[in-house]
Amino acid sequence: MSAFVQTGLLTGDAGVELTAPPRQRTVRRRAKVTWLGLVPFGAYLLLFLVLPTVLAIGSGVFADGQLTMANLGALGDPVILRTFWNSTWLSLLTAVVGAVLGAAICYALLGLPETGVVRTLTDAAAGVLAQFGGVMLAFAFIATIGTQAGVVTGWLNGVGIEIFANGAWIYDLPGLILPYVYFQVPLMVITFAPAMNALKPAWAEANLTLGGTRRSFWLHIGMPVLAPSFLASLLLLFANAFSSYATAAALASQGSQIVTLQIRTALTSETLLGRQNLAGVLALGMVAVVGLVMAAYAVVQRRAAQWQS
Amino acid sequence: MNAIGIAPSRPTRWVIGILAGGTFAIPLVSTLLYTLRDGTGYSGAHWLSLFDPTRARILSPIWTGLTNSVLLAVLTVAIVLLILAPTMILINLRFPQSRRAFEFLVLLPISIPAIVLVVGLAPIYLVIGRTLGTGAWTLAFAYGITVLPFAFRAIQASIDSIDVATLTEAARSLGAGWPTVVLRVLVPNLRPGLLAASLISTAVVLGEFTIASLLNRPVLQTALLVVSKLDAYTAEMFTLMSLALATGLLILIGRIGRPSAERKQS
Repeated sequence: MSAFVQTGLLTGDAGVELTAPPRQRTVRRRAKVTWLGLVPFGAYLLLFLVLPTVLAIGSGVFADGQLTMANLGALGDPVILRTFWNSTWLSLLTAVVGAVLGAAICYALLGLPETGVVRTLTDAAAGVLAQFGGVMLAFAFIATIGTQAGVVTGWLNGVGIEIFANGAWIYDLPGLILPYVYFQVPLMVITFAPAMNALKPAWAEANLTLGGTRRSFWLHIGMPVLAPSFLASLLLLFANAFSSYATAAALASQGSQIVTLQIRTALTSETLLGRQNLAGVLALGMVAVVGLVMAAYAVVQRRAAQWQS
Repeated sequence: MNAIGIAPSRPTRWVIGILAGGTFAIPLVSTLLYTLRDGTGYSGAHWLSLFDPTRARILSPIWTGLTNSVLLAVLTVAIVLLILAPTMILINLRFPQSRRAFEFLVLLPISIPAIVLVVGLAPIYLVIGRTLGTGAWTLAFAYGITVLPFAFRAIQASIDSIDVATLTEAARSLGAGWPTVVLRVLVPNLRPGLLAASLISTAVVLGEFTIASLLNRPVLQTALLVVSKLDAYTAEMFTLMSLALATGLLILIGRIGRPSAERKQS
Protein backbone atom coordinates (compact mmCIF):
# COMPACT_ATOMS: atom_id res chain seq x y z
CA MET A 1 0.00 0.00 0.00
CA SER A 2 2.62 2.48 1.00
CA ALA A 3 4.68 1.69 -2.08
CA PHE A 4 1.62 2.35 -4.19
CA VAL A 5 1.06 5.65 -2.48
CA GLN A 6 4.64 6.56 -3.09
CA THR A 7 4.67 5.78 -6.79
CA GLY A 8 1.26 7.37 -7.09
CA LEU A 9 2.74 10.55 -5.67
CA LEU A 10 5.89 10.48 -7.67
CA THR A 11 4.51 9.72 -11.11
CA GLY A 12 2.50 12.41 -12.74
CA ASP A 13 -0.47 10.54 -14.21
CA ALA A 14 -1.58 7.03 -15.07
CA GLY A 15 -0.20 7.22 -18.61
CA VAL A 16 3.34 7.74 -17.42
CA GLU A 17 3.04 4.90 -14.94
CA LEU A 18 2.34 2.28 -17.64
CA THR A 19 5.52 2.91 -19.56
CA ALA A 20 7.43 3.89 -16.46
CA PRO A 21 11.19 4.10 -16.93
CA PRO A 22 13.34 3.03 -13.95
CA ARG A 23 12.07 4.81 -10.87
CA GLN A 24 15.19 6.86 -10.28
CA ARG A 25 14.77 8.64 -13.58
CA THR A 26 11.07 9.19 -13.06
CA VAL A 27 11.81 10.90 -9.80
CA ARG A 28 14.34 13.17 -11.37
CA ARG A 29 12.13 14.09 -14.31
CA ARG A 30 9.23 14.61 -11.92
CA ALA A 31 11.33 17.01 -9.86
CA LYS A 32 12.17 18.95 -13.00
CA VAL A 33 8.50 19.20 -13.97
CA THR A 34 7.64 20.31 -10.44
CA TRP A 35 10.22 23.08 -10.57
CA LEU A 36 8.35 24.37 -13.63
CA GLY A 37 5.37 24.96 -11.34
CA LEU A 38 7.38 27.64 -9.53
CA VAL A 39 8.13 29.51 -12.75
CA PRO A 40 4.99 31.72 -13.01
CA PHE A 41 5.30 33.05 -9.48
CA GLY A 42 9.08 33.30 -9.74
CA ALA A 43 8.84 35.28 -12.98
CA TYR A 44 6.20 37.53 -11.43
CA LEU A 45 8.35 38.26 -8.37
CA LEU A 46 11.34 38.91 -10.59
CA LEU A 47 9.48 41.37 -12.82
CA PHE A 48 7.47 43.28 -10.24
CA LEU A 49 9.44 43.01 -6.99
CA VAL A 50 13.10 42.33 -7.70
CA LEU A 51 13.42 44.36 -10.92
CA PRO A 52 11.74 47.52 -9.57
CA THR A 53 13.81 47.36 -6.38
CA VAL A 54 17.03 46.96 -8.37
CA LEU A 55 15.98 49.71 -10.79
CA ALA A 56 15.07 52.07 -7.95
CA ILE A 57 18.32 51.58 -6.09
CA GLY A 58 20.36 51.19 -9.27
CA SER A 59 19.18 54.47 -10.78
CA GLY A 60 20.87 56.16 -7.84
CA VAL A 61 24.31 54.69 -8.43
CA PHE A 62 24.28 54.16 -12.20
CA ALA A 63 24.56 56.98 -14.69
CA ASP A 64 24.86 56.35 -18.45
CA GLY A 65 25.36 52.65 -17.77
CA GLN A 66 28.32 53.17 -15.46
CA LEU A 67 28.62 52.66 -11.76
CA THR A 68 29.18 56.03 -10.18
CA MET A 69 29.14 57.45 -6.71
CA ALA A 70 28.75 61.00 -8.02
CA ASN A 71 24.98 61.08 -7.56
CA LEU A 72 25.30 59.95 -3.97
CA GLY A 73 26.75 63.38 -3.23
CA ALA A 74 23.13 64.54 -3.23
CA LEU A 75 22.66 62.78 0.10
CA GLY A 76 25.06 65.34 1.57
CA ASP A 77 23.06 68.28 0.20
CA PRO A 78 21.74 70.44 3.08
CA VAL A 79 18.18 70.35 1.68
CA ILE A 80 18.21 66.54 1.45
CA LEU A 81 19.87 66.18 4.83
CA ARG A 82 17.13 68.27 6.37
CA THR A 83 14.35 66.14 4.86
CA PHE A 84 16.06 62.98 6.16
CA TRP A 85 16.38 64.63 9.57
CA ASN A 86 12.68 65.67 9.46
CA SER A 87 11.62 62.12 8.55
CA THR A 88 13.80 60.70 11.30
CA TRP A 89 12.54 62.82 14.18
CA LEU A 90 8.93 62.60 13.01
CA SER A 91 9.20 58.80 12.82
CA LEU A 92 11.05 58.50 16.12
CA LEU A 93 8.65 60.77 17.99
CA THR A 94 5.50 59.13 16.65
CA ALA A 95 7.00 55.65 17.11
CA VAL A 96 7.80 56.27 20.80
CA VAL A 97 4.44 57.90 21.53
CA GLY A 98 2.62 55.25 19.50
CA ALA A 99 4.49 52.40 21.22
CA VAL A 100 3.79 53.65 24.74
CA LEU A 101 0.10 54.40 24.13
CA GLY A 102 -0.37 51.22 22.10
CA ALA A 103 1.20 49.11 24.84
CA ALA A 104 -1.16 50.70 27.38
CA ILE A 105 -4.13 49.71 25.18
CA CYS A 106 -2.75 46.17 24.84
CA TYR A 107 -2.54 46.05 28.64
CA ALA A 108 -6.17 47.16 28.97
CA LEU A 109 -7.23 44.45 26.50
CA LEU A 110 -5.28 41.75 28.33
CA GLY A 111 -7.41 38.84 29.50
CA LEU A 112 -10.49 39.84 27.48
CA PRO A 113 -11.93 36.93 25.47
CA GLU A 114 -10.55 36.86 21.93
CA THR A 115 -13.96 36.26 20.42
CA GLY A 116 -15.67 38.99 22.45
CA VAL A 117 -17.14 42.16 20.98
CA VAL A 118 -14.42 44.44 22.36
CA ARG A 119 -11.50 42.45 20.94
CA THR A 120 -13.20 41.83 17.58
CA LEU A 121 -13.98 45.53 17.12
CA THR A 122 -10.58 46.70 18.37
CA ASP A 123 -8.73 44.30 16.08
CA ALA A 124 -10.74 45.35 13.01
CA ALA A 125 -10.55 49.08 13.77
CA ALA A 126 -6.82 48.87 14.52
CA GLY A 127 -6.24 47.02 11.24
CA VAL A 128 -8.08 49.67 9.24
CA LEU A 129 -6.44 52.67 10.89
CA ALA A 130 -2.95 51.16 10.86
CA GLN A 131 -2.87 49.80 7.35
CA PHE A 132 -5.53 51.28 5.10
CA GLY A 133 -6.05 54.79 6.48
CA GLY A 134 -3.66 56.81 4.33
CA VAL A 135 -5.44 59.59 2.49
CA MET A 136 -8.62 59.10 4.49
CA LEU A 137 -6.86 59.83 7.80
CA ALA A 138 -5.65 63.11 6.33
CA PHE A 139 -9.25 64.02 5.45
CA ALA A 140 -10.49 63.03 8.89
CA PHE A 141 -7.93 65.36 10.45
CA ILE A 142 -8.79 68.18 8.06
CA ALA A 143 -12.43 67.82 9.12
CA THR A 144 -11.31 67.86 12.76
CA ILE A 145 -8.60 70.48 13.05
CA GLY A 146 -8.60 72.07 9.61
CA THR A 147 -7.78 75.78 9.70
CA GLN A 148 -11.02 76.96 8.11
CA ALA A 149 -13.81 74.55 8.91
CA GLY A 150 -12.42 72.00 11.36
CA VAL A 151 -15.04 70.91 13.86
CA VAL A 152 -12.66 70.92 16.83
CA THR A 153 -11.02 74.12 15.58
CA GLY A 154 -14.44 75.74 15.69
CA TRP A 155 -15.16 74.57 19.22
CA LEU A 156 -11.77 75.72 20.46
CA ASN A 157 -12.25 79.10 18.79
CA GLY A 158 -15.60 79.26 20.59
CA VAL A 159 -13.87 79.04 23.94
CA GLY A 160 -11.15 81.45 22.92
CA ILE A 161 -8.34 79.04 21.97
CA GLU A 162 -6.71 79.83 18.64
CA ILE A 163 -4.75 76.72 17.74
CA PHE A 164 -3.50 78.30 14.53
CA ALA A 165 -2.39 81.57 16.06
CA ASN A 166 1.16 80.71 14.98
CA GLY A 167 0.29 79.77 11.41
CA ALA A 168 -1.41 76.91 9.58
CA TRP A 169 0.88 74.21 10.97
CA ILE A 170 -1.57 71.45 10.09
CA TYR A 171 -0.47 71.59 6.44
CA ASP A 172 3.18 71.58 7.43
CA LEU A 173 5.48 69.19 9.28
CA PRO A 174 3.96 69.56 12.79
CA GLY A 175 0.54 68.77 11.30
CA LEU A 176 1.76 65.29 10.50
CA ILE A 177 2.41 64.38 14.13
CA LEU A 178 -1.21 63.80 15.19
CA PRO A 179 -2.28 61.78 12.11
CA TYR A 180 0.92 59.73 12.34
CA VAL A 181 0.30 58.93 16.02
CA TYR A 182 -3.25 58.06 14.97
CA PHE A 183 -1.99 55.24 12.75
CA GLN A 184 1.04 54.29 14.89
CA VAL A 185 -0.96 53.45 18.02
CA PRO A 186 -3.20 50.92 16.18
CA LEU A 187 -0.12 49.37 14.53
CA MET A 188 1.39 48.93 18.00
CA VAL A 189 -1.82 47.26 19.17
CA ILE A 190 -1.62 44.82 16.24
CA THR A 191 2.06 43.98 16.60
CA PHE A 192 2.45 44.04 20.39
CA ALA A 193 -0.79 42.33 21.48
CA PRO A 194 0.38 38.80 20.50
CA ALA A 195 3.49 39.19 22.69
CA MET A 196 1.45 40.40 25.64
CA ASN A 197 -1.14 37.65 25.23
CA ALA A 198 1.69 35.10 25.26
CA LEU A 199 2.53 35.91 28.88
CA LYS A 200 2.02 32.64 30.70
CA PRO A 201 -0.57 32.46 33.49
CA ALA A 202 1.82 30.05 35.25
CA TRP A 203 4.28 32.90 35.76
CA ALA A 204 1.61 34.99 37.42
CA GLU A 205 0.67 32.04 39.62
CA ALA A 206 4.30 31.45 40.57
CA ASN A 207 4.59 35.14 41.39
CA LEU A 208 1.46 34.97 43.58
CA THR A 209 2.65 31.80 45.32
CA LEU A 210 5.89 33.50 46.20
CA GLY A 211 3.97 36.37 47.74
CA GLY A 212 4.31 38.77 44.82
CA THR A 213 1.81 41.41 43.86
CA ARG A 214 0.52 42.62 40.47
CA ARG A 215 3.08 45.40 40.68
CA SER A 216 5.97 43.05 41.39
CA PHE A 217 4.82 40.76 38.57
CA TRP A 218 5.09 43.55 36.00
CA LEU A 219 8.27 44.97 37.47
CA HIS A 220 10.25 41.73 37.70
CA ILE A 221 8.62 39.38 35.18
CA GLY A 222 6.27 41.09 32.72
CA MET A 223 8.38 44.05 31.69
CA PRO A 224 11.72 42.23 31.34
CA VAL A 225 10.06 39.46 29.29
CA LEU A 226 8.22 41.94 27.07
CA ALA A 227 11.14 44.35 26.64
CA PRO A 228 12.51 42.74 23.43
CA SER A 229 9.01 42.58 21.89
CA PHE A 230 8.44 46.21 22.79
CA LEU A 231 11.72 47.23 21.18
CA ALA A 232 10.92 45.17 18.06
CA SER A 233 7.51 46.81 17.73
CA LEU A 234 9.09 50.22 18.25
CA LEU A 235 11.49 49.55 15.35
CA LEU A 236 8.61 48.42 13.15
CA LEU A 237 6.68 51.59 13.98
CA PHE A 238 9.70 53.71 13.10
CA ALA A 239 10.09 51.98 9.72
CA ASN A 240 6.36 52.34 9.14
CA ALA A 241 6.35 56.08 9.74
CA PHE A 242 9.55 56.57 7.75
CA SER A 243 8.03 54.82 4.70
CA SER A 244 4.62 56.44 5.00
CA TYR A 245 3.54 58.59 2.07
CA ALA A 246 -0.23 58.81 1.55
CA THR A 247 -1.22 60.75 4.68
CA ALA A 248 1.57 63.27 4.20
CA ALA A 249 0.86 63.64 0.47
CA ALA A 250 -2.80 64.41 1.12
CA LEU A 251 -2.11 66.84 3.98
CA ALA A 252 0.99 68.65 2.74
CA SER A 253 -0.01 69.13 -0.87
CA GLN A 254 2.89 71.50 -1.36
CA GLY A 255 6.48 71.34 -0.25
CA SER A 256 8.61 68.32 0.45
CA GLN A 257 9.30 68.34 4.15
CA ILE A 258 9.95 64.60 4.50
CA VAL A 259 11.84 62.07 2.38
CA THR A 260 8.81 60.41 0.78
CA LEU A 261 7.46 63.81 -0.30
CA GLN A 262 10.93 64.73 -1.59
CA ILE A 263 10.80 61.59 -3.75
CA ARG A 264 7.42 62.74 -5.11
CA THR A 265 8.94 66.09 -6.06
CA ALA A 266 11.98 64.38 -7.59
CA LEU A 267 9.77 62.06 -9.64
CA THR A 268 7.64 64.88 -11.01
CA SER A 269 10.40 67.35 -11.80
CA GLU A 270 13.36 66.05 -13.75
CA THR A 271 16.26 68.08 -12.39
CA LEU A 272 15.63 69.02 -8.82
CA LEU A 273 18.51 70.89 -7.16
CA GLY A 274 20.26 70.59 -10.52
CA ARG A 275 20.82 66.88 -9.93
CA GLN A 276 19.73 63.91 -12.02
CA ASN A 277 18.40 60.62 -10.71
CA LEU A 278 17.60 62.27 -7.40
CA ALA A 279 14.59 59.97 -6.91
CA GLY A 280 16.90 56.97 -7.18
CA VAL A 281 19.40 58.43 -4.73
CA LEU A 282 16.63 59.21 -2.24
CA ALA A 283 15.19 55.72 -2.71
CA LEU A 284 18.62 54.29 -1.98
CA GLY A 285 18.86 56.39 1.17
CA MET A 286 15.42 55.25 2.27
CA VAL A 287 16.18 51.59 1.62
CA ALA A 288 19.38 51.95 3.64
CA VAL A 289 17.53 53.40 6.65
CA VAL A 290 14.45 51.17 6.49
CA GLY A 291 16.53 48.08 5.64
CA LEU A 292 18.79 48.67 8.64
CA VAL A 293 15.84 49.18 10.98
CA MET A 294 14.02 46.11 9.64
CA ALA A 295 17.18 43.99 10.00
CA ALA A 296 17.44 45.12 13.62
CA TYR A 297 13.74 44.31 13.96
CA ALA A 298 14.34 40.74 12.72
CA VAL A 299 17.20 40.23 15.19
CA VAL A 300 15.28 41.61 18.19
CA GLN A 301 12.10 39.77 17.17
CA ARG A 302 13.98 36.45 17.14
CA ARG A 303 15.25 37.20 20.65
CA ALA A 304 11.71 38.12 21.72
CA ALA A 305 10.16 35.00 20.21
CA GLN A 306 11.96 32.65 22.58
CA TRP A 307 9.39 33.47 25.27
CA GLN A 308 6.41 32.87 22.99
CA SER A 309 5.94 29.23 22.31
CA MET B 1 -7.39 31.21 32.68
CA ASN B 2 -6.79 32.67 36.08
CA ALA B 3 -5.48 36.05 35.11
CA ILE B 4 -5.16 37.59 38.56
CA GLY B 5 -1.80 39.24 38.70
CA ILE B 6 -1.59 39.75 34.94
CA ALA B 7 -4.82 41.35 33.79
CA PRO B 8 -5.46 44.95 34.81
CA SER B 9 -8.02 45.73 37.46
CA ARG B 10 -11.50 46.60 36.22
CA PRO B 11 -11.15 50.38 36.89
CA THR B 12 -7.77 50.49 35.10
CA ARG B 13 -9.26 48.71 32.11
CA TRP B 14 -12.18 51.13 31.96
CA VAL B 15 -10.07 54.26 32.35
CA ILE B 16 -7.65 53.25 29.56
CA GLY B 17 -10.52 51.99 27.41
CA ILE B 18 -12.56 55.17 27.70
CA LEU B 19 -9.55 57.46 27.24
CA ALA B 20 -8.29 55.56 24.18
CA GLY B 21 -11.74 55.00 22.66
CA GLY B 22 -12.73 58.60 23.27
CA THR B 23 -9.55 60.05 21.80
CA PHE B 24 -9.64 57.83 18.75
CA ALA B 25 -13.28 58.67 18.16
CA ILE B 26 -12.62 62.43 17.96
CA PRO B 27 -11.45 62.59 14.30
CA LEU B 28 -14.13 60.13 13.16
CA VAL B 29 -16.98 61.84 15.01
CA SER B 30 -15.68 65.22 13.82
CA THR B 31 -15.73 63.97 10.24
CA LEU B 32 -19.31 62.81 10.68
CA LEU B 33 -20.36 66.15 12.21
CA TYR B 34 -18.55 67.93 9.38
CA THR B 35 -20.63 66.09 6.78
CA LEU B 36 -23.84 66.82 8.70
CA ARG B 37 -23.21 70.56 8.78
CA ASP B 38 -25.89 72.75 7.29
CA GLY B 39 -25.34 76.45 7.78
CA THR B 40 -25.23 76.90 11.52
CA GLY B 41 -27.18 73.72 12.30
CA TYR B 42 -26.97 70.09 11.29
CA SER B 43 -28.87 68.10 8.67
CA GLY B 44 -28.49 65.22 6.25
CA ALA B 45 -28.50 67.56 3.25
CA HIS B 46 -24.98 66.70 2.14
CA TRP B 47 -25.69 62.99 2.30
CA LEU B 48 -28.89 63.41 0.29
CA SER B 49 -26.99 65.44 -2.30
CA LEU B 50 -25.13 62.24 -3.20
CA PHE B 51 -28.31 61.21 -5.02
CA ASP B 52 -28.75 64.58 -6.72
CA PRO B 53 -28.39 64.09 -10.50
CA THR B 54 -27.26 67.70 -11.00
CA ARG B 55 -24.14 66.98 -8.96
CA ALA B 56 -23.15 63.99 -11.04
CA ARG B 57 -20.18 65.91 -12.44
CA ILE B 58 -18.56 66.19 -9.01
CA LEU B 59 -19.14 62.52 -8.26
CA SER B 60 -17.91 61.21 -11.62
CA PRO B 61 -14.20 60.98 -10.62
CA ILE B 62 -15.24 58.89 -7.62
CA TRP B 63 -17.28 56.47 -9.72
CA THR B 64 -14.41 56.13 -12.20
CA GLY B 65 -11.96 55.57 -9.33
CA LEU B 66 -14.26 53.15 -7.55
CA THR B 67 -14.87 51.13 -10.72
CA ASN B 68 -11.12 50.93 -11.33
CA SER B 69 -10.42 50.00 -7.71
CA VAL B 70 -13.03 47.23 -7.72
CA LEU B 71 -11.64 45.87 -11.00
CA LEU B 72 -8.13 46.04 -9.51
CA ALA B 73 -9.32 44.23 -6.39
CA VAL B 74 -10.75 41.43 -8.55
CA LEU B 75 -7.55 41.14 -10.59
CA THR B 76 -5.35 41.25 -7.49
CA VAL B 77 -7.42 38.54 -5.83
CA ALA B 78 -7.02 36.52 -9.05
CA ILE B 79 -3.23 36.88 -8.78
CA VAL B 80 -3.40 35.75 -5.15
CA LEU B 81 -5.65 32.75 -5.83
CA LEU B 82 -4.23 31.63 -9.17
CA ILE B 83 -0.51 32.34 -8.76
CA LEU B 84 0.36 32.75 -5.07
CA ALA B 85 -1.87 30.02 -3.59
CA PRO B 86 -0.85 27.21 -6.02
CA THR B 87 2.81 28.14 -5.53
CA MET B 88 2.39 27.96 -1.75
CA ILE B 89 0.77 24.52 -2.01
CA LEU B 90 3.59 23.36 -4.27
CA ILE B 91 6.25 24.71 -1.91
CA ASN B 92 4.65 23.03 1.10
CA LEU B 93 4.25 19.69 -0.69
CA ARG B 94 7.39 19.39 -2.76
CA PHE B 95 9.95 21.90 -1.53
CA PRO B 96 9.42 22.11 2.23
CA GLN B 97 13.15 22.74 2.62
CA SER B 98 12.78 26.06 0.78
CA ARG B 99 9.87 27.28 2.89
CA ARG B 100 11.98 29.75 4.85
CA ALA B 101 13.54 31.25 1.73
CA PHE B 102 10.08 31.55 0.18
CA GLU B 103 8.73 33.23 3.31
CA PHE B 104 11.60 35.70 3.27
CA LEU B 105 10.82 36.60 -0.36
CA VAL B 106 7.08 37.12 0.05
CA LEU B 107 7.49 39.13 3.26
CA LEU B 108 10.06 41.38 1.56
CA PRO B 109 7.47 43.98 0.41
CA ILE B 110 6.99 44.92 4.10
CA SER B 111 10.56 46.19 4.21
CA ILE B 112 10.50 47.94 0.83
CA PRO B 113 8.56 51.20 1.09
CA ALA B 114 5.88 51.52 -1.61
CA ILE B 115 7.40 54.80 -2.73
CA VAL B 116 10.75 53.10 -3.38
CA LEU B 117 8.92 50.48 -5.43
CA VAL B 118 7.31 53.30 -7.41
CA VAL B 119 10.71 54.73 -8.37
CA GLY B 120 11.57 51.36 -9.92
CA LEU B 121 8.09 50.68 -11.27
CA ALA B 122 7.97 53.96 -13.22
CA PRO B 123 10.27 52.75 -16.04
CA ILE B 124 8.56 49.34 -16.05
CA TYR B 125 5.15 50.98 -16.40
CA LEU B 126 6.48 53.07 -19.29
CA VAL B 127 7.02 49.77 -21.12
CA ILE B 128 3.67 48.42 -19.95
CA GLY B 129 2.01 51.63 -21.12
CA ARG B 130 3.42 51.09 -24.60
CA THR B 131 2.45 47.42 -24.84
CA LEU B 132 -0.64 46.90 -22.67
CA GLY B 133 -1.93 50.47 -22.60
CA THR B 134 -2.24 52.93 -19.74
CA GLY B 135 -5.43 51.47 -18.31
CA ALA B 136 -5.73 51.47 -14.52
CA TRP B 137 -6.09 47.67 -14.53
CA THR B 138 -2.34 47.31 -15.19
CA LEU B 139 -1.74 48.41 -11.58
CA ALA B 140 -2.88 44.93 -10.53
CA PHE B 141 0.67 43.67 -11.25
CA ALA B 142 2.07 46.07 -8.66
CA TYR B 143 -0.80 45.49 -6.21
CA GLY B 144 -0.23 41.74 -6.34
CA ILE B 145 3.18 42.50 -4.82
CA THR B 146 1.95 44.90 -2.12
CA VAL B 147 -0.66 42.41 -0.88
CA LEU B 148 1.83 39.49 -0.83
CA PRO B 149 2.74 39.62 2.90
CA PHE B 150 -0.91 39.91 3.97
CA ALA B 151 -2.21 37.21 1.63
CA PHE B 152 0.71 34.92 2.43
CA ARG B 153 0.10 35.07 6.18
CA ALA B 154 -3.62 34.36 5.77
CA ILE B 155 -3.09 31.36 3.46
CA GLN B 156 -0.14 29.98 5.42
CA ALA B 157 -2.21 29.97 8.61
CA SER B 158 -4.72 27.72 6.86
CA ILE B 159 -2.02 25.47 5.40
CA ASP B 160 -0.45 25.07 8.84
CA SER B 161 -3.80 24.10 10.37
CA ILE B 162 -4.30 21.09 8.07
CA ASP B 163 -2.03 18.21 7.14
CA VAL B 164 -1.52 18.97 3.46
CA ALA B 165 0.83 16.05 2.81
CA THR B 166 -1.42 13.36 4.30
CA LEU B 167 -4.55 14.72 2.64
CA THR B 168 -2.77 14.75 -0.71
CA GLU B 169 -1.38 11.25 -0.31
CA ALA B 170 -4.78 9.93 0.75
CA ALA B 171 -6.48 11.49 -2.26
CA ARG B 172 -3.76 10.30 -4.63
CA SER B 173 -3.94 6.75 -3.26
CA LEU B 174 -7.67 6.76 -3.94
CA GLY B 175 -6.88 7.54 -7.56
CA ALA B 176 -7.42 11.30 -7.66
CA GLY B 177 -5.52 13.26 -10.30
CA TRP B 178 -3.75 16.48 -9.37
CA PRO B 179 -6.58 18.82 -10.46
CA THR B 180 -8.98 16.84 -8.24
CA VAL B 181 -6.54 16.89 -5.33
CA VAL B 182 -6.13 20.66 -5.51
CA LEU B 183 -9.68 21.69 -6.36
CA ARG B 184 -11.73 19.13 -4.44
CA VAL B 185 -9.48 18.24 -1.50
CA LEU B 186 -7.10 21.11 -0.73
CA VAL B 187 -9.16 24.16 -1.71
CA PRO B 188 -12.18 23.25 0.47
CA ASN B 189 -9.84 22.69 3.40
CA LEU B 190 -7.98 25.93 2.80
CA ARG B 191 -11.16 27.95 2.20
CA PRO B 192 -10.91 30.12 5.36
CA GLY B 193 -7.35 31.15 4.50
CA LEU B 194 -8.13 31.77 0.82
CA LEU B 195 -11.19 33.82 1.74
CA ALA B 196 -9.31 35.84 4.34
CA ALA B 197 -6.48 36.44 1.85
CA SER B 198 -8.99 37.65 -0.75
CA LEU B 199 -10.72 40.01 1.67
CA ILE B 200 -7.52 41.50 3.04
CA SER B 201 -6.21 41.96 -0.51
CA THR B 202 -9.44 43.76 -1.38
CA ALA B 203 -9.03 46.03 1.64
CA VAL B 204 -5.41 46.81 0.71
CA VAL B 205 -6.30 47.57 -2.92
CA LEU B 206 -9.25 49.81 -2.01
CA GLY B 207 -6.99 51.80 0.34
CA GLU B 208 -3.93 52.03 -1.93
CA PHE B 209 -2.83 55.53 -2.88
CA THR B 210 0.96 55.80 -3.24
CA ILE B 211 1.51 53.72 -6.37
CA ALA B 212 -1.66 54.80 -8.20
CA SER B 213 -1.09 58.47 -7.52
CA LEU B 214 2.55 58.53 -8.63
CA LEU B 215 1.91 56.39 -11.72
CA ASN B 216 -1.06 58.64 -12.60
CA ARG B 217 -3.78 56.02 -12.65
CA PRO B 218 -7.20 57.00 -11.29
CA VAL B 219 -8.36 54.81 -8.38
CA LEU B 220 -10.68 55.41 -5.42
CA GLN B 221 -8.09 57.09 -3.18
CA THR B 222 -6.70 59.40 -5.87
CA ALA B 223 -10.30 60.29 -6.81
CA LEU B 224 -10.95 61.27 -3.19
CA LEU B 225 -8.05 63.71 -3.38
CA VAL B 226 -9.35 65.16 -6.68
CA VAL B 227 -12.89 65.51 -5.34
CA SER B 228 -11.72 67.06 -2.06
CA LYS B 229 -10.56 70.04 -4.10
CA LEU B 230 -13.98 70.35 -5.82
CA ASP B 231 -16.22 69.60 -2.86
CA ALA B 232 -14.81 68.88 0.59
CA TYR B 233 -18.08 67.41 1.91
CA THR B 234 -18.21 64.69 -0.75
CA ALA B 235 -14.62 63.66 -0.01
CA GLU B 236 -15.36 63.49 3.72
CA MET B 237 -18.52 61.43 3.18
CA PHE B 238 -16.70 58.92 1.02
CA THR B 239 -13.87 58.82 3.57
CA LEU B 240 -16.35 57.74 6.23
CA MET B 241 -17.97 55.17 3.96
CA SER B 242 -14.61 53.69 2.87
CA LEU B 243 -13.40 53.42 6.47
CA ALA B 244 -16.67 51.75 7.46
CA LEU B 245 -16.41 49.34 4.52
CA ALA B 246 -12.80 48.45 5.39
CA THR B 247 -13.73 47.89 9.05
CA GLY B 248 -16.58 45.63 7.93
CA LEU B 249 -14.18 43.65 5.74
CA LEU B 250 -11.74 43.18 8.61
CA ILE B 251 -14.47 42.11 11.05
CA LEU B 252 -15.48 39.54 8.43
CA ILE B 253 -11.86 38.35 8.16
CA GLY B 254 -11.70 38.00 11.95
CA ARG B 255 -14.83 35.86 11.95
CA ILE B 256 -13.60 33.65 9.11
CA GLY B 257 -10.31 33.07 10.87
CA ARG B 258 -11.99 31.94 14.06
CA PRO B 259 -13.49 28.49 13.29
CA SER B 260 -10.19 27.23 11.89
CA ALA B 261 -8.38 28.44 15.00
CA GLU B 262 -10.82 26.52 17.19
CA ARG B 263 -10.49 23.41 15.07
CA LYS B 264 -6.74 23.60 15.45
CA GLN B 265 -6.95 23.57 19.22
CA SER B 266 -9.34 20.65 19.56
